[in-house]
Amino acid sequence: MAEDSETKKVFDAEAAASLMKDLRGSYASGRTRSYEWRVAQLKNMMKIVDDHEQDILDAIRADLCKPDQEAYIAEISIMKSSCMRALGELHRWMKPEKVKTSVTTFPSSAEIVSEPLGVVLIIGAWNFPLLLSLDPAIGAIAAGNAVVLKPSELCPATSSLIAKLVGKYLDSSCVRVVEGAVAETSALLEQKWDKIFFTGSGRVGRIVLAAAAKHLTPVTLELGGKCPVVVDSDINLPVAINRIAGGKWTSNNGQACIAPDYLITTKDFAPKLIDALKHQLEAWYGKDPLESKDLAHIVNSHHFDRLLKLLDDDKVSGKIIHGGQRDKANLKFAPTILLDVPEDSLIMGEEIFGPLLPIFTPGKRFVPTVGPLFQTGSLFRRQNNNVDKLEECFDMIISRGKPLAAYLFTNNKKLKKKFVKTVSAGGLVINDTVLHFAEKTLPFGGVGESGMGSYHGKFSYDNFSHRKSVLYKGFAGDASARYPPYSDRKLKFLKALLSGSVIGVILALIGWS
Amino acid sequence: MGSGVHGMEGGGVEESLAELRQTFRSGKTRTASWRKSQLKALLRLIHENEDKIFEALKHDLGKHAVEAYRDELGVVEKSANNSLSCLDEWMAPKKSKLPWLFFPASAQVLPEPLGLVLILSSWNFPISMALDPVIGAISAGNSVVLKPSEQAPACSYLLAHTIPLYLDSKAIKVIEGGKEISQQLLEQKWDKIFFTGSSSVARIVMSAAAKHLTPVTLELGGKCPVIYDHLSSPSDTEVAVKRIVGGKWGPCNGQACIGVDYVLVEEKYASQMIEMLKKTIKKFYGENPKQLQNISRIVNEHHFQRLRNLIKDPLVADSIVHGGSIDEENLFIEPTILLDPPLDADIMTEEIFGPLLPIITLKNIEESIEFINSRPKPLALYAFTKNEAFKRRILSETSSGSVTFNDIMVQFLCDTLPFGGVGQSGFGSYHGKYSFDNFSHEKAVLQRYFILELEPRFPPWNDFKLNFIRLAYKFDYLGLMLLLLGLRRD
Repeated sequence: MAEDSETKKVFDAEAAASLMKDLRGSYASGRTRSYEWRVAQLKNMMKIVDDHEQDILDAIRADLCKPDQEAYIAEISIMKSSCMRALGELHRWMKPEKVKTSVTTFPSSAEIVSEPLGVVLIIGAWNFPLLLSLDPAIGAIAAGNAVVLKPSELCPATSSLIAKLVGKYLDSSCVRVVEGAVAETSALLEQKWDKIFFTGSGRVGRIVLAAAAKHLTPVTLELGGKCPVVVDSDINLPVAINRIAGGKWTSNNGQACIAPDYLITTKDFAPKLIDALKHQLEAWYGKDPLESKDLAHIVNSHHFDRLLKLLDDDKVSGKIIHGGQRDKANLKFAPTILLDVPEDSLIMGEEIFGPLLPIFTPGKRFVPTVGPLFQTGSLFRRQNNNVDKLEECFDMIISRGKPLAAYLFTNNKKLKKKFVKTVSAGGLVINDTVLHFAEKTLPFGGVGESGMGSYHGKFSYDNFSHRKSVLYKGFAGDASARYPPYSDRKLKFLKALLSGSVIGVILALIGWS
Repeated sequence: MGSGVHGMEGGGVEESLAELRQTFRSGKTRTASWRKSQLKALLRLIHENEDKIFEALKHDLGKHAVEAYRDELGVVEKSANNSLSCLDEWMAPKKSKLPWLFFPASAQVLPEPLGLVLILSSWNFPISMALDPVIGAISAGNSVVLKPSEQAPACSYLLAHTIPLYLDSKAIKVIEGGKEISQQLLEQKWDKIFFTGSSSVARIVMSAAAKHLTPVTLELGGKCPVIYDHLSSPSDTEVAVKRIVGGKWGPCNGQACIGVDYVLVEEKYASQMIEMLKKTIKKFYGENPKQLQNISRIVNEHHFQRLRNLIKDPLVADSIVHGGSIDEENLFIEPTILLDPPLDADIMTEEIFGPLLPIITLKNIEESIEFINSRPKPLALYAFTKNEAFKRRILSETSSGSVTFNDIMVQFLCDTLPFGGVGQSGFGSYHGKYSFDNFSHEKAVLQRYFILELEPRFPPWNDFKLNFIRLAYKFDYLGLMLLLLGLRRD
């Protein structure tokens, strides 16, 4: 894999322990807890993005050949809006939340106080190398933690830029960047963190979770999955195509956790949809997409080969109906569409994470991939109309594990309702793709194989906080029924008290006297 | 057969799980009516089997009926009733307000069940630690496997044989057994695991969960301290001492995750406090240490020996100022108070989980903050004080699952407060709506429409689109308007 960072010292277990000691000392000093400190850091985060926009775009382009506008939309803009929201809301987020108490604890008052967890580790991903390191850090800092960032080594230019800018703009007694690959990450994972936030693959997610288990460290895992798009025929096709193609190929050329992975539509509608897709792709990327400057590259040769393998699989090679061009030397891969590949092909067995889009048309037999545990009796029902056919494919989606996102294009209310009810995923979008990522009032996170925990907006703040319950009691109103020696009368009183019934309590008290 | 009770065979476990998954897939557990019917059935179970439950608790832990009701049955009833009355509200989607930029669109967060959940409960409150999480899991619409602690065998047996008579055994099963069964269960793929117990077993549970990317909630423990600031009013002092005694020896004789572990007090008030503690202990539990009334016993031989070893160390034994007598045959250890045992002895480094109460003296009560901070974060922190500034310091400078001022353990009864740990005392929380949320996935749903498309979202890229995006992310609607108008002029 990638080489070690070019720093002179190797970051090993000893270095990790020393880093942890430093940060624990800083955190214990109370520095990160004040509103002022948090605001200063967030303002400086904003400065990083504002004052170094071009440097950032250059680094991302160097690492991923991502077009500037795409990098701006997907990374810089979202970072800025995250910072702005945190700055605008922090005061409110930091306030204790008052809660009601009942007669059971009378007389009392209660509140929930948010406090930082302590020293947290954020492991970023390579596909949005700035955003997926710094956006979680916004939440961690807003919540008052000390932070270690480990950006992805697969994007060395961005990783090194993050290290430089964070070192320059943020308080390095409390926020640090560790660059490196497997060895450095392993050294970090041996330490006892108060929280680990990981974005990446399920395979590495398991390693992170196992390491965290040794220290009982809570973890958020932002993983991925095969995000399906279901397309009904009764829709505004040009708009839908824009959104589907946009979600797939302008998100790092398909290398995004919420990019559409595969598409399902009806047999009748498929030709029209495919035709529209092909036209759109040509309009965006020209007749030879490998020449286009608007298409991001595949991150490295390992992933390039992985995608090649998916296409070169015997079962699918005859199913390519558009694209397929590739240039390994320059890591370019054209948008590629396949039609009705076998469900047990490689391309349907794993998250594609690339520019290949398999399209399925119901009418074929769908066999669930998970054995007898998932019975789908509805599969063999006679199909009456398109909507029925599409509804049946929900079983196919469910049988593949819960993805990070699932998309449906339709105007049919019944289909929408069924989709929302039946399909479990991190998030759902009707009549668009990927956009929910930008909406800060929605929790962004997975479920099942697509991860655990969520963030964005206040969810980020809460993710890195402990919500501490606080109960205030006075000395009056001490019920002797609580204490021994126990008796039947006390039992009666306790029953009334625990039922929360004020009348019950009064009656029991009267019965007492 | 079909009783929902399974023994040791692996095949049995897998078959049960297959049935539970099937039931979940059928959608049965998702309806409000199913969930409410189960909660009502659970309430009937408690009402109709109250005496049997008291008997089982007496058998396993020597709990008096009042203690058993206060800490177990009452808690379960309260929880089930609360869930019943709030369920519709909890199940309803929550609408999100979207900025104009997204127009037209609507967004909501929809709670949905996770699927098949495993609940591993502890032995000290073998009824409530089992059923309270089950209430949460059912309210959220899941299928459930409950594995009660084998260290409370009568309660485990009772749950295993009574639950199938009241609850839907195609969706809720009780699997009894010890380490082997737990291991078999942990090898399976769950959608959630809820564990109450010790941190050493928690590591095993979480490591097993990691293989399947299963989210877990860990309700652990810790050394829950009491900061005892001097109270000027004698009646307040009396109440405080009663609450400390009640909070130490009342819940399962000190074997409680949020029970009092040790007390911090200023040197000059220590002896007065100890005298009051002694008097109150006698008042609550009787004069004769060999025949203590109204107090649970130590759960088993293993824990008895563990506790005995804590006071075996001569330096520790020397610090005993009250109690210390033991009755191995009946697994009784007298309520014992120690004054300043060595801080590096096991009794001060491990969670005591028993009837031994160290009193640690400080020169100044404010030193208690540093004392607590130099130790792992406990599940609960208690402070008796009327000093508002000190309260604020405690709140902001220490960390614990929860903080309660001027009482012990009652935070457990407040359904509006999340109950859970932090750091070594665990993560995740429950009670009230937090239980429902614990076993739910909050699914974000964004609904968009086909009109009013934002072209700048898509390639081919150009400067206009870039400017548009810049303004859009700042929600600079005026700027956007001007930009658009400017374009039209061209």
